[in-house]
This record gives sequence, structure tokens and C-alpha cells, in this order.
Amino acid sequence: MADTILEMKNIVKIYSNGVVANDNISLSLKKGEIHALLGENGAGKSTLMKILFGIETPESGEIILNGKSVAIRNPLEAIKLGIGMVHQHFMLVPSFTIAENIILGVEPRKGIFTDMDKAEELSRRISDEYNFKLDVGEKVENLPVGIKQKVEILKALFRGAEILILDEPTAVLTPQETEELFIQLRRLKEKGHTIIFISHKLDEIKQICDRLTIMRNGKNMGTYETTDLTTKEISRLMVGRDVVTKFDKAALNLRETAVSIRKLEVWNTAGTKKVNGLDFDVKEGEIFGIAGVEGNGQSELAQVLAGLIENYKGEYRIFGETAKGLSIKDLRSKGMSYIPEDRMTYGIAENMDLLSNLFANQYDKEKYSGRIFLKKKPMEQAAKDLISQFLIKAGSFKTKVGMLSGGNIQKVVVAREFSDDPKVIIANQPTRGIDVGAAEFIRKKLLELRDKGCAVILISADLNEVMELSDRLAVMYKGEFSGVFKDVSALTEEELGRYMLGIEKDEGLEGIVYA
Amino acid sequence: MLKSSQFNTFRTALSIAIALILSFLVIFLVSDQPVEAIMRMITGPLSSKRLFANVIELMIPLIFTGVSVSIMFSANQINLGAEGSFHLGGLVAAVVGLMVPMSQGVHPIAAILLGGLTGAVFAAIPAILKIFTTASELVSSLMLNYIALFLGNYILSYYLRDTTAGALTSHLLPESVKLQSIVSGTNIHIGLFIALLTAVFGYLFLFKSKLGYMLRISGENEKFAKYSGMNIVTVILISQLLGGFIAGVGGSVQLLGMYRRFSWAALLGYGWDAIIVTTLSKKNPLFVPLAAFFLAYIRIGADIMSRSTDVSPEIVAITQGIIIILIVAEQFLSGYKHKLVAREARLQMETEGAE
Repeated sequence: MADTILEMKNIVKIYSNGVVANDNISLSLKKGEIHALLGENGAGKSTLMKILFGIETPESGEIILNGKSVAIRNPLEAIKLGIGMVHQHFMLVPSFTIAENIILGVEPRKGIFTDMDKAEELSRRISDEYNFKLDVGEKVENLPVGIKQKVEILKALFRGAEILILDEPTAVLTPQETEELFIQLRRLKEKGHTIIFISHKLDEIKQICDRLTIMRNGKNMGTYETTDLTTKEISRLMVGRDVVTKFDKAALNLRETAVSIRKLEVWNTAGTKKVNGLDFDVKEGEIFGIAGVEGNGQSELAQVLAGLIENYKGEYRIFGETAKGLSIKDLRSKGMSYIPEDRMTYGIAENMDLLSNLFANQYDKEKYSGRIFLKKKPMEQAAKDLISQFLIKAGSFKTKVGMLSGGNIQKVVVAREFSDDPKVIIANQPTRGIDVGAAEFIRKKLLELRDKGCAVILISADLNEVMELSDRLAVMYKGEFSGVFKDVSALTEEELGRYMLGIEKDEGLEGIVYA
Repeated sequence: MLKSSQFNTFRTALSIAIALILSFLVIFLVSDQPVEAIMRMITGPLSSKRLFANVIELMIPLIFTGVSVSIMFSANQINLGAEGSFHLGGLVAAVVGLMVPMSQGVHPIAAILLGGLTGAVFAAIPAILKIFTTASELVSSLMLNYIALFLGNYILSYYLRDTTAGALTSHLLPESVKLQSIVSGTNIHIGLFIALLTAVFGYLFLFKSKLGYMLRISGENEKFAKYSGMNIVTVILISQLLGGFIAGVGGSVQLLGMYRRFSWAALLGYGWDAIIVTTLSKKNPLFVPLAAFFLAYIRIGADIMSRSTDVSPEIVAITQGIIIILIVAEQFLSGYKHKLVAREARLQMETEGAE
């Protein structure tokens, strides 16, 4: 048990934008352990694993597998060496069956054709061997997220993975699905597999991992036995200081109704109904949280609110006025601000500098431009102020936004959206994929704006976040609200999880609209 | 060693150098007098005032179409409308010159402005097609260029043609409409100043004005622009109108400065060349004159070479092709760039460690 199966020695990786992702990292795995790799987003965990899986090439360093130095130039070589990776975003073909996905690329053949019977049999055998109980003839597109993940794991096992890398496996799971995953992981461990578990959820790590390695800013902060550290100590090693998880919230001070939605129905571009008859009101001075597993209509709802989808049924009023026929510019001049979930697509122009990115929503205001020309000095001054006020780590306002880290890019988006005198903020996954420090900062800003009288609609898959910030919290499931909670502090994650999975449904939805 | 911030300039320079070297190699392969040919190509344009003037004369239309394409490409309107706008600009200037008598001072101004307006309207057609039918502006502009050409041929044949002349050509343009030469003994005309002013205007527009800012943001990321509240339809229209106007002015200026008659029975290709100019100048109108000068210089150089040696001037097409491929190929030197960046990052780490 105690023999070392894998060693990564003095790994250095510098990305082409100058980010030092791994600064002399060493990592050692014992056979048959579940080893947590943890750190904030941007700490370099994913990079290190991409190097191990052959996706990225390091500047220097050595990988020793079973006592032999190996070069892993691409994922195929990694798979041959018995390393498997389950990515955060699944790499499955939706229109294929489970069996077809599992054997993809290593198909059993009959002549020039794939032997489908054998494929199903092999898939069933490996599924039973690990007690995954899957119906291998089912199409992947019909599966819930938790099952898709199992398919990913089986795919790796089928290719002979001894070492399994799981990149934030629980990020997309409900608490119940997470429990089930852990049972499976323990079983894998008993069978002698070694698992690298990437996460930043400390309680999960305490629950399942034997040892943990902490990374911060591309540096190794040490490897420990899980039992030797308290969660508080771990988080201090991760972030470098104590993290505020509880915010002091000022008393609720509700004002005018800012947003009012009635019987809203939205279809996606493929013609599938994604929002199915929503009603809700949001007043100035409150944070209205919307929790739920991603893909239950939250994106479409957010895009309607932001004016990006105009083709919807039902009513959307902003400060009493119907939003039908209002352009995005009109909505914005009424005080609408939007933090999009996909910041790289909607939130920035990555090839342009900070200055250009910070004023896209307000460049035509009097303080920044005359009739024809932009006012260079005031813009530069404001850019400097925003960079320091929002703690954006960048060389100067001339730095290209694409060169920044995820957290800093999100701060650019937030700085722009929050500096335009917002009255209604739609924040869709505002802290997803960014470091703890930046997330904490953005949450604080959201609370500040609430206290100033903003109406905040917070859509998030991060349960801690919605539970901590929301004054009222609704759960979205299949385009509808399955529950609404006026007293968020009395909620537990398990309870929320049941509503998120649609196991429980509250028909009355009392308190979702104001009388 | 190089800094990573200087990398792009270095890359462009190296691309040009490699392209020239490869072209010279080809010359060595095909020519009996390679050294002389290369010398003629490099130093030819400097050997007389008249030849150098040819470079400047060729540079003028390239500046106009280069600025025009820089603006349209900045808005991500990848299209070749500049070619047709340029052609129609020349045509309209000829029509105004021949059919609308005016006094010396206003005649060229009216001809150029009308030429520009025609170019603007012409380039707006693909924009309107895109807005209402999402037709690709690249395809529609290419097709429309033929309409511009044959419309020009029709008007030339039926309304402007000088039947006493042997070839298909218009009557002589009146002196009142022609642009004056500013350097005696050459054809360098006052259009040079208009071209340079246009480059400055293009720079101010794209990088200093509100509209230009909108254009560049939309060009970089249309979804982001839309989300920010910008009107994409306006952006598409303005970029095409302005780009077409500048190309149209270019066509008018070219006709009035360089020709005695209108005889363009084929497209002249300055719109296509503008893509080379735009690529070299990285869509910055301020660099367009430099890029246009470079292109004009190697073209005239190749002409001179072909006249006195056995190498044909088309060798320049090879040079141009290689330059464009190297500049556009993202992977070219990307390994070197990565090394530069990594070295700087290491240095920074060390200095931070020392503090």
C-alpha cells in the first residue's frame, strides 16, 4: 500500500501569456490512495494534471511512474501508461449509447465493422465489475449528469487506467449524487486504483481523501495526511489568510419593485422549451437567489432579463414598464447590469486592452465622450481607479484582457457592470471558476450594492453562495420553480438538493411574487 | 535579446526578410543574371527621380484602399467591396468630369465627393444584404464587384466613349477636373496629400472616436458588443459606408490624378492589394502609408528588373504570398515567442524572490 506509484518532480510550466502556472511543483502518489489536489482556481492544479495527462508540455521537470522516468507527450501515451482523466466538462458523444462511448477508439472488431454485441457485453461486464449498474444501451444525451460522470469514469477504467484523475468531479453534482460518487470511489480504491481528486470543497476532501497536496499561486504548499489538518488550517494554506465565509448582512430594506415576471416561457434555439411559466418579483434592496443544477432554464431566464433573448412569451416588466421592444441599450439605461455566465463569449473582447473593455457599456456617457471623440484622460483615470478599486491584477490599463487570469477577467466584467450606476443586477454564476479571494470580493460587492438599494438576481449553482447571500431563494428545476424559501438561514444543503433534483416540489410557491 | 512586447514588429520584419530571400532564391534558379536582377529590383526605384515617383504614384491608390479595408476589417466585415467602390469612384469622377462642366476649383472636389458617395452606396449593399438576409458579405461583395465592372463598361461604351479613338476609351478629361501635379516632371499629384490625410482621419476615427470604438469592439467580439448595448446593425452599415466612401474617393483621385481618359475595362486590383496592405499594417490606418509604400516599392522594383533582365515581374506575387502566409500563420515563431515570455516570467520570479 505504501509504495509510491507516481512521482512528479520539479515541474515548471509557463503559459504563452506569461502566467507561471506551475513553479517547481513536486507531487508523489502512493498506490491505492485517494489524493486530494487542492487550491484556489488559478493555483495551477488543472495545469499540473494536464501535464500528467499529456495535454500540456512543461518547461522542465520529470515524471516517474513505477520507478521509471517517462515522457508523456499526448493523452494517448498517458492512457497507455495507465493514466485516465475525467474532465470537468464531459467528453462524451451525446447521440451515442453508453456502450458506444465506452469503447470509442478501442472498438472490438468483426472484420471492418465494430462488433456491437461484444461492445455491449464488454461494457456491461466492466460496469458490473465496478458495481456501476448502468444500462449500457441507453443514449448518453438522455442521462442525468451524475450518470454521465460514471460513464466517463468507466471509459477511463476500460482503457486500463490505474491512476484516475478527477477534475472537480462534484462541481456539477447535487449533494445526493456526490454521496453516491464517493461510494464508488471507495470501491475503486479497494480494487487498488489510485485517485487524484481535484477540488476546493474542503469538507468533501476531509470525507474521502487519505492525503492532500495544497497549491497556491503555482507553488506547492505541502503534502499532508488529511487527518493532520483542520479545515481551517487547510483553507489558510490554500488562500494564505483566513477566509470569510459568513458575511454581516445589513437588515433588509425593501423598496420599489424592480423586476416583475409573469408567465414567462422561453425556448432555446433548438426549439426546446427551457422556461415554463415562471412568475416572480424582485424588489430594490434584496438579493433574489435562484439555485438549481445547470441547464434547467437559468441561462435562458438570465438572457431574457438582460435583453439578449427577445423571443419569449409572457411578461417582463422593469420598474413597471414592459421590456418588450426595449433594446439592450434601453434596458441598460434603466439601470440593468448583467454578469454573464460565459464571460469569455459575452463578457469581454479578449484581444483588446483593459481600457477598451471597461467602458463598453458606458463609453457614450458624457463623462467619457463628447459628440464625436472619446475623452482619453477621464477614461484613463477611471480605468486606473477601477483597477485599484476592484483589485484587478494587471500591468496597466493597456494590458490585453485575454492575458489575465480567470478571476481577474471576471473582476473586469464586474468592475464594468458595477460602475455604471446599476439598479438591477443580473448575476449569472458570478464566481464560477475563479479563485476564493476574487469570489469573496465579488460577493461583498453584491451585498454592498444590495444595501445601496440595488435589486440583485443571483443565479448560481454554488449552494454556499446562494444560501449565504440570498434574502429569498428559489430553486429552478426543468424550467419551473420547484420551491421558494423566504427564510434562507433555516435551509440545509440536503433540503435544497431535494428540490434541485425535483424529488420535492412546492406547488404553492408562496412569496414568489409581491402582493 | 528581444522583449516579448517587440515580438510582433520583429515577426513582421522577419516575414518580409524571409519572403525576399525566398524570392531571390527563385530568381537564382530561373535567371542567367540573378545578381543583376536582384540589384535592379532593390535599387532600381532609387535610380532616378522618375522611377521613385512611380513608387509614390502607385502608393497613393494603395493608401486609400488600405485605409478603407482596415476600417471594414476592423468591424469584422471581411469583404472585397473596396475593389468595386474604387472602380465606381473612378467611373463617377469621369462622368462628372466629362458631362458636368464646372469651374476649376470646384470641379475635382465635386467629382471626388460624388465618386466617394457612389463607393459608399455600393459598399453598403453587402451590408444591407447581410443585415436583412444574413448573406455573407464576402460572397456578395465579390459578386457585386462584377456588376460594378460591367456597369462601368456599359456607361463607358454608350455614354463616355470617344469614337474617334482606336481603343475603348472615354473622351479626354477637361483640364478643369484634373488633379495638379505637385512635383515637376512626375505624375505625383495633390492626391498624395488627400491620401495621407485619409490615413490620419482613419486613425482618428478608428482609435479616438466613439463610433470607431464601437466598430472595433464589434469586430473583436460581436456578442460582447451586443451585450454591452451596442447596435450591431449601425456598426455594419457605418463601417461599410465609410470604407466604401474612402475607396470611392481613392478611385476618383486615381482617375483624376493619373489618367487623361477613363479607360478602365477591367478591375484594377487595388481592392485586393489592400488586403496585403491591411495585413502588413495590422489594421492601423496610421501604418497603412508605410505598408503601401513597401508594396509599391517592390512592385516598381520588379517592373524595373523585368525590363532590363530576363526575370518576369510576377516574381513579386511570390514575395507577397509568402509575406502574407507568414504573417497570418499564428504558429510561425510561436515557439520562440513562448520562450521569450517564459524567460521574462522567470526573470520576474527571480527578482521578486530577491526582494
